[in-house]
This record gives sequence, C-alpha cells and structure tokens, in this order.
Amino acid sequence: MDARLKVRNTKSIVFKSIIIFLAFVITIPLIIILLYIIKQGVTQVNWHFLTHVPAPVGETGGGISNALLGSIIIVALSSLIAIPTGILTGIYLSENATTRLAYYAGLCVDILQGVPSIVVGMVVYFWIVKPLGTFSALSGSVALAIMMLPIVIRSTEQTLKLLPDSLKEAALSLGVPYHRVILKVIVPCGFAGILSGIMLSVARIVGETAPLLFTAFGNPYLSAAITKPMQSLPLLIFNYATSPYDEWHNLAWGASFILLMFVLLLNIFTKLITRKWNIQL
Amino acid sequence: MKWETVFKRVLWIMSAILLVLVIGILVTLIVQSMPSIKSLGIKFLWGKIWDPVNNIYGAYPFLIGTILTSFTALIISIPFSYAIAIYLGEYNPKGWLSNLLKNTIELIAAVPSVIYGFWGLSVLVPVIRSFEAKIGVAPYGVGVFTSSLVLAVMIIPYAASLGTSLIRMVPSPLKEGAYALGATRFEVIRSVILPYTRSGLFAGILLSLGRALGETMAVAMLIGNTSAIAHSIKDAFFGPGNTMASVIANEFTEADHTVYLSALIELGLVLFVVTVIINLIGKKIITKYTNN
Repeated sequence: MDARLKVRNTKSIVFKSIIIFLAFVITIPLIIILLYIIKQGVTQVNWHFLTHVPAPVGETGGGISNALLGSIIIVALSSLIAIPTGILTGIYLSENATTRLAYYAGLCVDILQGVPSIVVGMVVYFWIVKPLGTFSALSGSVALAIMMLPIVIRSTEQTLKLLPDSLKEAALSLGVPYHRVILKVIVPCGFAGILSGIMLSVARIVGETAPLLFTAFGNPYLSAAITKPMQSLPLLIFNYATSPYDEWHNLAWGASFILLMFVLLLNIFTKLITRKWNIQL
Repeated sequence: MKWETVFKRVLWIMSAILLVLVIGILVTLIVQSMPSIKSLGIKFLWGKIWDPVNNIYGAYPFLIGTILTSFTALIISIPFSYAIAIYLGEYNPKGWLSNLLKNTIELIAAVPSVIYGFWGLSVLVPVIRSFEAKIGVAPYGVGVFTSSLVLAVMIIPYAASLGTSLIRMVPSPLKEGAYALGATRFEVIRSVILPYTRSGLFAGILLSLGRALGETMAVAMLIGNTSAIAHSIKDAFFGPGNTMASVIANEFTEADHTVYLSALIELGLVLFVVTVIINLIGKKIITKYTNN
C-alpha cells in the first residue's frame, strides 16, 4: 500500500473514532442527571410524602400531595380540551390536504410548535386570568392545551395519511355515511398512532413550568377548585429549588424524581407503540 | 341538517379555530405591548438600561443575553448533533446499539427543563464556580456560560434526530459511485453525504436555535438574573445575565405598572416573532428538501 493511501485510510479511521466518541459522550450528561435525580429523590418518596402537603419552613416532613393532585387535574383538563380539538383538526388536515384552510391551519400548527412556552403563558394571562381577576387552574390548563395541540394534530394527520385509501373507499361503497366512515373505520385503524401522539403530548406538557407561572401560579395548600390557583409538580420544583431551605430542596428532589419517572415511562411506552407504526412526530 | 354535513362543518370549524388561536396570540401580544411601543418607541430595543424602579426600560441587555446564551449553546451542540446524525445515519443505521443510542438521545428532549435547571443549580454551579476561580474570573457559578452548557445538552436532540433521518435518505447510488471511484468512508461522508444534506442539516440547526431562544426555566434558574450590562467580554460570558425569556419569567408577576408590564410583553412579542420566523424557515427548508 502506498503512503498516500495509508494516510487516507488512517484519516477515515480517525474520523470514525471521533464521530463515535462524540455521539456516545453526550449520553453521559443524561445518565449523570438521571442517576443524580434518582439518588436524591428516591429516598424522599414514601406514603407520607405522597399524601401530605408541604410542611412550613422549619418543620421536617411534609409531602407534595397538593402538587400531585394539581398536576393530575391540570393535565386532565388540558387533555379534555386539546385531544378532541386536536384529533378533529388532524382529521380535517388529512382529509382535505389541498384546501386553502388546510394550508393555513398547517402553517398555524408549525407556528404553535415553535412558540416559546413562556409566551403562551403570557397570552393566556390576558385571555383568562385578567378577566376572571384571579390565577386559576383552568387558565393553566388552557395554556398547556395550546402546547399540546400541535403534537396531537400532527400525529393524527400523519397516522391517517398512512392508511390506504381503499379502506375508506370500501366503507363508502357499502353506503356508510361519511362521518361514520371516519369515526368507525378510519380513526379506529389509526388508533395506535393517535394514542402515541396523545401520550407524547402529555409527556411534554406535564413537565412544563413556564406557561403555568402566570396562570396556575401555585398554591401551598391542597385544592381541587379549578377557578382558584393550583400547585403543580414543575411549579413546586421551581419554587422550592430556588428557595434557600434544605427541607424544601428535599421536597423538590422527591417531586423531580416522580415527575421524571412519569415522563420517562410515558416516553418509553410511547416508543413501544410507535415501533409498530412508523410514525414521525 | 344531515349528520354528514354537521360532521364536515365541525371539522372545518376546528381548523378555523386554530387560525383564530394563532392570530389571537399575535394580536394579544401587539395590543398589550402598545403602551410600551407608544411611550418608548423603537429605541426600546437598544436602550442599554433596564431600571423599572426609575421607569427606564431598554431591551438591549436581554437581547445580548439571549443571543449570547443561544449561540454559545448552539456552537457547543453542533459537533455533537452532527456526530450523532452521521453515526446513526451512516455508520450504524440499524441494530440494537443504534436504537439504544437513538432512544437515549430522544430522552434528553423528554426531561423537563425545570429538572435540568434544578440539577444545574445544585451540581453544575459549584463545579463551574471552582472552575471560574481557577481561571481567574469572578466566581459566580451562575451565569451565561453555565446556562449555555445546560442549554447545549437540551437542544442536541432536535438537530440530531432530523439530521439522522436526512442522512439516511441519501440515495445509495451516489455513495456507491464514490466508493467505486476508490473513496474512503471519510471521503464519501465529506464529499457526498454532507454536501447532499447541507441545507437539511442547516434546517436542523435552525430548529435547535429556535428551542434555545425560547427556553425559559433552565435558563431562568441558572443565568443569575442581572439586568445590568457587563463591563468586559469576560464578565458578559462568565458573569450573570438575563435573557428575554428569563426576565419575563422573573418579573412578569411583579410588574406593577402599565409600561413595565407592557415592556415585558413587548419582549415576548419580539421573542415570538423571532422564534416563529426561525422555525418557519427551518420547516420550509425541510419540506423543500424532502420533496425533491
């Protein structure tokens, strides 16, 4: 082998090693963060922690039940708003891909996907918090629903576009009315894809803090009233993490652990569903 | 009316609501920032002092802070994003190791940003502080540099996953042609794959940039929240600062008079317009690219 060829081959090998090194080295920060949160958080979590509200400064113990309940209510409410609207819009986009409305609606989905979450929080503050005169869980849910919408719409649209036309044609030729074809044939066929989009969007919003700062605002007490301020896991983590008290840091670690586990499990579960369906989200 | 017509009408209305929603966001931001636009004018953008107590509002410190954190993060993240894209797209597109790495990278995007912020605050900040003491700058720990590091990790998945799928789409006849001419693997990547996917990879970087600009919580927790402009470049880079998103997060609920609140909303408007433009350009490039 002549010298130049050797140089070229060495270059190729060196390049490959650098690429492999860089590609894998970036998983290290993730692993460090995960292990650290688990180490700090897992010792905090017990039954007491899950069923009590945070203790005042200076007292030990206490838990995060207000944040847990708050997160569940807020996320459930935003799902209630975003999932039906998102699926229906997704159906429209896949069924009428060429209309002018579909073009602009698609553009809006792209815009919504890129909107910084803090801006959504600000806008919802003027839409709901200011007219009602109080921070509320409802306003937080609306803000999170806006963050959810683009993911639900895109996953529905993409999934339904993958289904063969013959499915719809067969149903229509049997004389089934259009809305029944969509709701009883097309949507059930794409169920797994739509479901995975929904789960992914829930995983995305359950950790969102910025839109809740000016809407749900947070609440140190257990509350289930949707027209009153409400605590949520990410808000609790933010408020207690930036406080100077060690007791509160511990509560925040426990809350981080629970939030992280929920998000990771949801993501892994979604992966298992999408593996069957080649869906790009 | 027949059910079919009702159903079609409902679909149409839902999509129309989406348009109303986005236009509503823009209009709300513009209307609410009117008091600030009227009283401060365009010089708001390069006013160097932000002092709500004395009613002086200038966005310059936040524009600088945002640009500095986002671009530092972007520059740190690019080699990693490209490496992941090349590895998963070309060297090892199939198999368990490839899948494992791909899923791990996607998990990076799944971790809530407030958790990155909390971790950074308790683990990274002390490390950076001792590092800063060693190189002889004021050891704040928090600041632009710390935020950029965390931000860099957070935005890698966006460019990496897009880059991976684009590199996988490079037609094999092109690569085979180059191999047939005696090119090494490196030469094929450098002279065939990268030029072929250049605009697509650029779009991926734009999407990452859009994320970095709008990222709020991790940055708000790590940047130190100072609205004063640093005296030297070193201080601006290692010292505390503020971004548009972080100042909104920190001061919005404290803003007690109209112009103050309105100035914050104007920052939000700028942020909204910039991120939307960057995202739409990115999306446009991708669509054009994947259609050809």
